[in-house]
Amino acid sequence: MKKVVGVAVGLAVAVALVVFYIVDWVLVSPPIATASSTGTQTANLVLQTVAAYGSAPNPDWVSYFEQDAQGQWEHTTFFTLPAHSVINVTIYQYDGASGFRNPLWAQVRGTGDGTMGLNGKTMNAINFADAAHSFTIPDLGVSVPLQGVPATGSNPCPAGPCDTSFDHNTIKFSFTTGAPGEYRWQCFVPCAAGTFQGWGGPMQTLGYMDGEIYVR
Amino acid sequence: MTAVAAEPLTTGGGFYARRHFPGQDLVIAVAMGIIGFVVGSAVIGATISGGLAYTATSDQSDVDFVLGCLFGVGAFLAGLGFFGYPLRRMLGHRVEHHEVDTGGVERYFRLCTDHKVVGIQYLVGVLFFFFVAGLNAMFMRTQLLFPTETVVSANQYVSLVSLHGTMMMQMMSAVIIGPLGNYLVPIMLGAKRMAFPRLEALSFWLVPAASFILLSSLALGGFPTGWTGYASLADQAKIGMDCYLLSFALIAIALAIVGFNMIATILTMRAPGLSWGRLPIFVWATFATGFLMLLAAPVLVVTMTLVLLDRTAGTSFFLTSGGGTPYLYENLFWVFGHPEVYILALPGFGVVLEIICVFARKPLWGYPLAVAAMLGVSLLSFFVWQHHLFVSGINANLRPFFMLTTEMISIPTGFIFLNAIGTLWRGKIRYTVPMLFSLALFFNFFIGGVSGVFNSDAPSDVTTHGSFFVVGHFHYTIMGGLVFAFFAGIYYWFPKFTGVMLNETLGKIQFWLFFVAFNSTFFPFLIVGFLGQPRRVSAYDPQLQGLNDWITASAYCIGISMLVFIANLVYSLVFRREVAEENPWQSKSIEWMLPSPVPRENFETTPRIVAGPYGYGVKDAPPVAILGPVIPAVVGK
Amino acid sequence: MIGLWNRAGPLIRRLIVIWLVVSAITSPILYFLLGPHLPPFGMSDVSGFQAFDNAVMVSIVDPVIVFLVVFFGYALVNFRHHRGSAALEDGPPLRGDGRTIALWITVTGLMVGFLAGWGSYELWPGEHGAGGGQAPNPITLAVPASASTALQVQVIGEQWAWTFRFPAYGGVETTDLELPVNQTIEFHVTSIDVIHSFWAYELGVKADAVPGTENIAFVEPLQTGGFSIRCAELCGLWHGHMSTTGHVVSNSAFQTWITGQEAQWAPATKQLDPYSPVYHEQPEYRAG
Repeated sequence: MKKVVGVAVGLAVAVALVVFYIVDWVLVSPPIATASSTGTQTANLVLQTVAAYGSAPNPDWVSYFEQDAQGQWEHTTFFTLPAHSVINVTIYQYDGASGFRNPLWAQVRGTGDGTMGLNGKTMNAINFADAAHSFTIPDLGVSVPLQGVPATGSNPCPAGPCDTSFDHNTIKFSFTTGAPGEYRWQCFVPCAAGTFQGWGGPMQTLGYMDGEIYVR
Repeated sequence: MTAVAAEPLTTGGGFYARRHFPGQDLVIAVAMGIIGFVVGSAVIGATISGGLAYTATSDQSDVDFVLGCLFGVGAFLAGLGFFGYPLRRMLGHRVEHHEVDTGGVERYFRLCTDHKVVGIQYLVGVLFFFFVAGLNAMFMRTQLLFPTETVVSANQYVSLVSLHGTMMMQMMSAVIIGPLGNYLVPIMLGAKRMAFPRLEALSFWLVPAASFILLSSLALGGFPTGWTGYASLADQAKIGMDCYLLSFALIAIALAIVGFNMIATILTMRAPGLSWGRLPIFVWATFATGFLMLLAAPVLVVTMTLVLLDRTAGTSFFLTSGGGTPYLYENLFWVFGHPEVYILALPGFGVVLEIICVFARKPLWGYPLAVAAMLGVSLLSFFVWQHHLFVSGINANLRPFFMLTTEMISIPTGFIFLNAIGTLWRGKIRYTVPMLFSLALFFNFFIGGVSGVFNSDAPSDVTTHGSFFVVGHFHYTIMGGLVFAFFAGIYYWFPKFTGVMLNETLGKIQFWLFFVAFNSTFFPFLIVGFLGQPRRVSAYDPQLQGLNDWITASAYCIGISMLVFIANLVYSLVFRREVAEENPWQSKSIEWMLPSPVPRENFETTPRIVAGPYGYGVKDAPPVAILGPVIPAVVGK
Repeated sequence: MIGLWNRAGPLIRRLIVIWLVVSAITSPILYFLLGPHLPPFGMSDVSGFQAFDNAVMVSIVDPVIVFLVVFFGYALVNFRHHRGSAALEDGPPLRGDGRTIALWITVTGLMVGFLAGWGSYELWPGEHGAGGGQAPNPITLAVPASASTALQVQVIGEQWAWTFRFPAYGGVETTDLELPVNQTIEFHVTSIDVIHSFWAYELGVKADAVPGTENIAFVEPLQTGGFSIRCAELCGLWHGHMSTTGHVVSNSAFQTWITGQEAQWAPATKQLDPYSPVYHEQPEYRAG
């Protein structure tokens, strides 16, 4: 009988551990950042894209970072934006080019007049092969290609978060959020080095090249 | 006395002559498994992958991980002692059965070749799988309370779907044939063991290895492909995908082993007098299933291996860029996958037909028809796989053929319904818990079958394919059919397994809660699917939120009914311990002529089968077998 | 048959009459009342066929449902062991009846034959192949006569968005889809990465998007309005979000729309590869 009780307790502990393992895993999610408001109906969103996240568990994955209100870079792709507002987005792009699989995404869209500022120059498209990433919210019709830094650059950023002393492109654009809701966004460049089709790892993982936008 | 009785009885097993502490075999096996993993991944895998240009460009260490797992599983099995016996035989040593079987609970934690121990091991393993996968389902349903990702993120949701499906399919393949088949088939044959007891034990011990690998996928990032694991999504996925491939391959090996072990046992181990016409229908069901397992499961092993090669060795069986095609994967997978669903269903039919005879107090109506149904389904199930690919563009001209074969399967399946009606007709039905579960199978499976008609019809399948309708359909057949048959079998044979009755009142509470909640969950699945909700989505059309919330509420009730079952197990087994009579259901089957629980050697001497099963309503029917050593001069009428 | 009828007891005869009467009443009711409301609602020719097909199947399976309800129900209610009688009673040892079995096989066989024949007939030319994907090379079935005048639309599945290419309009590729009404559409469905499935629900079209393959589906929209487009094959992280809304519009509105799209997408169209019926998932590995 003692043995039976021992076995029963052992089994119960094992089951509890498995349950904890699953519950713990299920509830993992990147933190949610809030875009800094700049008055009524406008907000600023500052992002950067890096060639390597630089920290565990995936130091060599490409990734987005988001700048919080204090100017600190936070590793997340989840953020809250005000509804029916103009969002002014600045993206510092530190990664080299991989190129779009589908050149369609090389065109800017959804930014009012369909243009963006690339290092101060107004453009409506880039060469698809020069894209390092894209910032695309399909359900809002917003898509902006991010030009890669040249491979011959002098000072590439080894790991994120990077500061502007490294080679980078600065992309600026603005778009208008609609009704409150939850919108996914992603990158359309197969930029996940070393994975099949360039689409494994960070391209399939929230917090790296995929995220959610909560419009409130 | 007879040839069979003189055989050495291999109730022992294992490698170790002496055991110093309880659970020694398992501790050693786990330790060896870990060492094997380290050697395989860090030493051999790293050496190989270090030399491959291919892996140098990849940040995935698939080669290391896969080799580690393979070595780990091998070492785990070696640690349990699976290779000791064949190696000693191979080296020409005399093999002594120095095993001292203590008969205690400790047997369940090591290699044990007693088919009854394997049956109970399987039972625990299956319940573990079932509840963990069910827990996943609860999380999925919680997320689907909302039309966008609110509770669970998209990453986690897709992995939950995949883990739920994979675990359920893996465990359902053995849910009846594992516990009930291993425990009961030798007894029903009048044998003392299976034909290959060591392989029988191996078929079980592959399951914990596979489940451990599968569950570790979560820690490695999960896998996004669902239980079908379609390439080329499987090629993209992270290392968690290897867990799916390895564990499914291991399970498939276990299935193939179970299959040919069952066939060999039924072919060769029948007691004197047990002609084919006297086999209990459950044995026929396992016999038919055995062929399905033997023929279908190896295809899955091959398929999983090919994907592993694509992922690790840079082949391109399934990649169009290298001359392969994803269609090859779809075909290979469903060549396994469709017989697989009958691997699930057939033993369930066997169980409920057994039980219906007992509680209607009538012989099985149309016994040859039931046998024909089992064999017919087995045969046809190999010719229907492309109905999963009606809209894949694979070859439109084959659609009428596969439509015909698919719909033809409803003919032998219909036999089972005729058997049931015929058996119930003019019977004296007692509504015990096993009988309720058995009857519910016919209700659920019928809805599953009717929804299957819509899936099998190519024009209608355009709407239902890949939607929640399909999910509803296969939950009606697998869960509504198989899980109900499983519970019927558990409530029915639990006294035989343990000597303790399960509580009837709690059983009825569980049944009604489960039955109502089940239908209230899965019938709306058919509706939301018909209304256009694709399966495996973490976000859906907000218009369907009401129905989805209803489904979730009902699904929680299913969860509660499972808690009632656990409560019943604990209450009946630990607290109440109502001792079962030898034959509490007044069954006329041979297993109920034995004491409960069944003694280690089943039968003192080889029984003589003197009548067919189900002698209900026959005046002065003889017992189905003569167990004692004395063979009377005149038998039967 | 008649011998069987005579041999069956009065009880079974009565149940069979009940079954036939109830089926004869409920089956047409289902067909005429439920039938018109069955998905996928008939916005196009093929979705009309499918809705009709579903209505027919509902009214065919209805008698089967009624049969099982009548016989199972009667047996479960009337053949109970009475609680009052303590002694265990057995039923009569009936072991089967060859002619009943033969009749059962005949009836189920006929039903199956009808269903399979009916479903195959619906796949015949002129029915537009019932809306399912049927490429690469349908040999005998389902190439409608209007195929030569069909509007070709390439549907490209990609993780995780649908894009649409119109080879007849300068190969412009768009992220939205509008289709002209009363015009046969020839969808050429393909994928550039993994397997997707193009599901235009109200149009009654579902065709898997497989890399390296051109999967063709024909449809002729009959009403204007919106239709939802979804992915029906698990394709990774955002599978559940791979949806959009398409529109069926008048022919002139379509011309306006497509001209606007050509102008809007001019910078991207310049960079697109020449129109290709299929894509392979190349290059296999890309660096970042």
